[in-house]
Amino acid sequence: MRARNLWNLGIKELRGLWREPVMLLLIVYSFSLSIYTESKSMPETLADAAIAIVDEDQSALSGRIVSAFTPPYFLTPRMISPDQIDPRMDAGLDTFALHIPPDFERDLLADRHPEIQLNIDATRMTQAFTGSGYVQQIVAAEIAEFTAGHREVTEPAVALALRARYNPALEPGWFGAINSVINAITMLSIILTGAALIREKEHGTVEHLLVMPVTAAEIMLAKIWSMALVVLLASGFAISVVVQMALGVPVAGSVPLFVAAAALMLFATTSMGIFLATVAGTMPQFALLLMLVLMPLQVLSGGMTPRESMPEVIQAIMSLAPDTHFVILSQAILFRGAGLAVVWPQLLALAVIGAALFWLALRQFRRFLG
Amino acid sequence: MSGDRSQPGAQSDGPQGPAPVVRIEAVTHRYGRTEALAEVSLQIPAGRMVGLIGPDGVGKSTLLSLIAGARQMQSGRVEVLGGDMATAAHRARVCPQIAYMPQGLGRNLYPTLSVAENLHFFGRLFGHRTAERERRIDTLLAATGMSPFRDRPAAKLSGGMKQKLGLCCALIHDPELLILDEPTTGVDPLSRRQFWELIDRIRRDRPGMSVITATAYMEEAAGFDWLVAMEAGRVLATGTPSELLARTGAPDLDAAFVALLPDTARRGHQPVAIPPRPASAEIAIEAQHLTKRFGDFTAVHDVSFRIGKGEIFGFLGSNGCGKTTVMKMLTGLLEPSEGTARLFGQKLDHDDMGLRRRVGFMSQSFSLYSELTVRQNLELHARLFGMAPGQIAGRVAQMLDRFGLGGCAGDLPEALPLGVRQRLSLAVAMIHGPEILILDEPTSGVDPVARDGFWRMLGELSREDGVTIFVSTHFMNEAEWCDRISLMHAGRVLVSDTAAAIRESKGAATLDDAFIAYLQEAIAADASPESAVSDGPTAASLPAAAPPRPPRGRAPFSLRRMLSYSQLEMLQLRRDPIRMTMAMLGSLILMFVIGYGINMDVRDLTFAVLDRDRTSTSRDYIADIAGSRYFIERPALESYDELDARMQSGELSLAIEIPPGFARDVARGAPVQIGAWIDGAAPARAGTVEGYVQGMHADWLTRMARRQYGDEAIRGQFELVPRFRYNPDVKSIIAMVPAVIPMLLLMIPAVLTTLSVVREKELGSIINFYVTPVTRLEFLLGKQLPYLLAGAVNFALLMAFAVFAFRVPFTGSLTALSLAALLYLVAATGLGLLISTFMRSQVAALFATVMLTMIPAGQFSGLIDPVSSLQGLGRLIGEIYPTTWFIIASRGAFSKALGFGDFGMVYLALGLAVPVILGLSVLSLRKQAK
Repeated sequence: MRARNLWNLGIKELRGLWREPVMLLLIVYSFSLSIYTESKSMPETLADAAIAIVDEDQSALSGRIVSAFTPPYFLTPRMISPDQIDPRMDAGLDTFALHIPPDFERDLLADRHPEIQLNIDATRMTQAFTGSGYVQQIVAAEIAEFTAGHREVTEPAVALALRARYNPALEPGWFGAINSVINAITMLSIILTGAALIREKEHGTVEHLLVMPVTAAEIMLAKIWSMALVVLLASGFAISVVVQMALGVPVAGSVPLFVAAAALMLFATTSMGIFLATVAGTMPQFALLLMLVLMPLQVLSGGMTPRESMPEVIQAIMSLAPDTHFVILSQAILFRGAGLAVVWPQLLALAVIGAALFWLALRQFRRFLG
Repeated sequence: MSGDRSQPGAQSDGPQGPAPVVRIEAVTHRYGRTEALAEVSLQIPAGRMVGLIGPDGVGKSTLLSLIAGARQMQSGRVEVLGGDMATAAHRARVCPQIAYMPQGLGRNLYPTLSVAENLHFFGRLFGHRTAERERRIDTLLAATGMSPFRDRPAAKLSGGMKQKLGLCCALIHDPELLILDEPTTGVDPLSRRQFWELIDRIRRDRPGMSVITATAYMEEAAGFDWLVAMEAGRVLATGTPSELLARTGAPDLDAAFVALLPDTARRGHQPVAIPPRPASAEIAIEAQHLTKRFGDFTAVHDVSFRIGKGEIFGFLGSNGCGKTTVMKMLTGLLEPSEGTARLFGQKLDHDDMGLRRRVGFMSQSFSLYSELTVRQNLELHARLFGMAPGQIAGRVAQMLDRFGLGGCAGDLPEALPLGVRQRLSLAVAMIHGPEILILDEPTSGVDPVARDGFWRMLGELSREDGVTIFVSTHFMNEAEWCDRISLMHAGRVLVSDTAAAIRESKGAATLDDAFIAYLQEAIAADASPESAVSDGPTAASLPAAAPPRPPRGRAPFSLRRMLSYSQLEMLQLRRDPIRMTMAMLGSLILMFVIGYGINMDVRDLTFAVLDRDRTSTSRDYIADIAGSRYFIERPALESYDELDARMQSGELSLAIEIPPGFARDVARGAPVQIGAWIDGAAPARAGTVEGYVQGMHADWLTRMARRQYGDEAIRGQFELVPRFRYNPDVKSIIAMVPAVIPMLLLMIPAVLTTLSVVREKELGSIINFYVTPVTRLEFLLGKQLPYLLAGAVNFALLMAFAVFAFRVPFTGSLTALSLAALLYLVAATGLGLLISTFMRSQVAALFATVMLTMIPAGQFSGLIDPVSSLQGLGRLIGEIYPTTWFIIASRGAFSKALGFGDFGMVYLALGLAVPVILGLSVLSLRKQAK
């Protein structure tokens, strides 16, 4: 293994990438616009939910309730008759149907504890759960205002001071931005190394390298360092310029520590790219394989949904994937401001996974060349 | 090819004799800025053996594909068999009478299909019934001596056999015009001769048939009836071989061709003259009993030779005879299974970097980095060979000068003509001043002028610099320039000597004849079935006249032609493990991932308490949280520092602080505050935690109030009764799985269908669609059918998985949903077809299909946000996209107990989508190349 060969081969890879406008465009897009739009478009918990109301009371109170449902949380309520509830919900036209019974206002003021029925299409998870909370709050607030003065007792004066740390307003875009950086790192590092290797094989140039005084390990390491470097610079740019400056997400921890961790992550993912390329052999097969690999990595790593909610088997399998550890570590460093003392287990895991993948890839790479 | 031929069909009347079979007028064809044909006008006589001669890239293939109707006309007029090939009606009428075999070994064959399967595929395309096909296939295979290989996959045939199979496929429908594009390039001399003998025999049996063939071998062309010499998209000359020789006064066609070239193209051409080699006893390369096996297959069998220093040693043989394997063993790329190779007396060891510096290698594909300029290519190789940095610039300049590359040092190799790229490749191989050069078919595809120039350079290197050259070639005239040559066949070296000695030993006039004698000898000695047939090529004769032909009238739609493509697709799929897995299990794997991944249930959240009150009231408050199924309690906190640290590490999602005097204040009704900190790093989870905590806090308050004031506390209250319909436990798996099934049933079937078409485009077999009677609709439906079936299997698997593994209750009508699924799958695979008509490369097609299915299906079809909540373009796409409707059906059938009566709109929408998508696909598919 000689540094000079690594250097020369790596420079060759970089020059090759430079002449590949599609790849460059993909890198630039993934690390800038894609992150920006994804973060900006993270949906608020509830938006434009379709609601229908059956108002059989036709009182002042029911009128207040109807007029309280307004955009952006809800679409303007559609007033329907009771027998329209079922067909409309079956057809998926409404997510919520609020049924205000006859004499609701009178019963309420007479302390008869009337009931309002709220039908929720619970197959629409995103809106069903949070939405029903909103409906409850809106109705309760209107009724409370209406009945103000009617009540004599108060509940105990125990306040709940609820504070979200590290992201006080719980802006979904904050973590969304980081998660898309992580996804871009995984995707590009695998594609860049894998596609570069397959391209070389298709052009017959890999074989040619082997008649020169360079070893398989040198060829592979050169690909790893050069492509990892490109992705690393791009992700550094993404974190400091796109995430911090353009999106205004405050980063609590140390960016250099994050970049160092990203380097370890890249060691693992670029090795994985080479491994997949050697298994696939041709570009279309590689792309098919990529579909089956990237998706689980992105979806099950804990970046999209909380890891602890997944079945234990999946958690166990996914602890072998570099993404899982990198997601944990990025959250800790970037938002909670954690230092080396906190994230060392993840760094260690990344290093071990990276070394294992590198070894596997090198073995497979040698077989691929032979 | 020399040797007497009998041409019973063509009584030597001149080209103006019988009506021409092909008439070409002022045809010009461009690819981008490159002009492949420039104003070509030509009349090709009927019933003859016509040859197009000229090097690669002069427009021969373009001309042939225009004649075959495989390529769209740009300007000019091509008349074939009495009609204009620019009109679709005429093409459809004559295509059953034309057979076209494109360039490249087995390019229009399907490599994973066996010989018989390939032939059946073509037979079906021409509408033959099973018995008819069997009969024709038996006759053709017997006539070509291919019968013993009926069941061998096309990929495992030798080059010569591939070409014979290609010919069988072309002849299966008794064509009147046979178009062959370089059918013998890359085939060994014996197979070449057999191939032409076969053609002769066929022409004897069917005297009316016209044959047009392109070739780069002038020896072959010498035996044809009539020739067209082409250069740079123009016709240089036409006439019989003897006419061409007479006109130029050249001794052979090679020389005649060079003489016909305009002066600019000759570029100061000089004949190759390599001086005799000074005697040298030093041995540069020595191979002893080299054997290489790949599994059961012996690629190289006991090969030995010695090559002296400065010698030019030629290696001849067909594609796949083991030449490249020997070369790879000599460069150390392959480890021999047995035997040793020595360079300069030193045993070859792949890890010996010193030895690698003494060898230069040029592989078949030229192996240049297309993304590096000429200079950068040279510099990179110099660096990798460890040349001192100070020397590199000088050496590169020297090589640029010596190989005439100075003018293009800054260009990318792709922009250079083939001949220049070849010189660059040689320069790259020479950059480190190796003593041995190993060149694997360095002159394939290069024009005769450039080839001669290249060989002059080899001569210089050998004679002046003492470089030992080990070179493989197909060209006999190149073999003559070597000091010694070896002929390889089926992994063995048959003979190794000087060209003169080889000719003498067989008493043959030409090297070609001598080699054929050696090959026949080797084959006779060998008892394998492969050789037995080559021995008796005249085993069977083709039926003289075609039996009553199947009805030629073109049915507007033929089920047999459609199923021909379906069967082809299924056979190929079965033999490709990655695509097969994707087709059968891809959806299931992704469903597993998404089912668990897109999970909005948040549970098992960790929390810890900093309880500074430690009373029964505070413990009561904590017990509420700890008892919920959402939270798991961790050891209590002791201090704020600990709270900070444990939250920072991510251990805790929630920390609760209960202030001192909490119980006392609650009892007194004095204001008191409980602190709760949520880890906001993952906002979605934090939002849910927030909701849980608020809810539990409110419950606790109500309970306390009731305890203190009794029912008085709930005066003036109402109750909002939520009815979580269809999914009473609000489990995300029940909500997600029925909506994910539509997405998966769209994406993977669409991707696979797209690839099935684009693969043919990329690999070249799409030509079969261009030149056979199959219609666009038959082709598309045929491709679609297998993936429709795979989709149906996937649907069944996904349903079973949803119900039994994810335990999603299914409440509606399975039949009603299945009908919707069928319509949906037709639309989904149809969408794949539609996309495929616009795509050329598999990678781009894959990417485009994923984008065009994932985004609308994932974002605009109600998977996450209901379509009714969308606005603008997203809403519009959502309303018409098939996935929206199938999600409604799927959720309805799973959770809402819906059936046939409720799916009217769904059936209507999907039923409309199918003809629209298929219609658009048929309209945008081309039946010709551009």
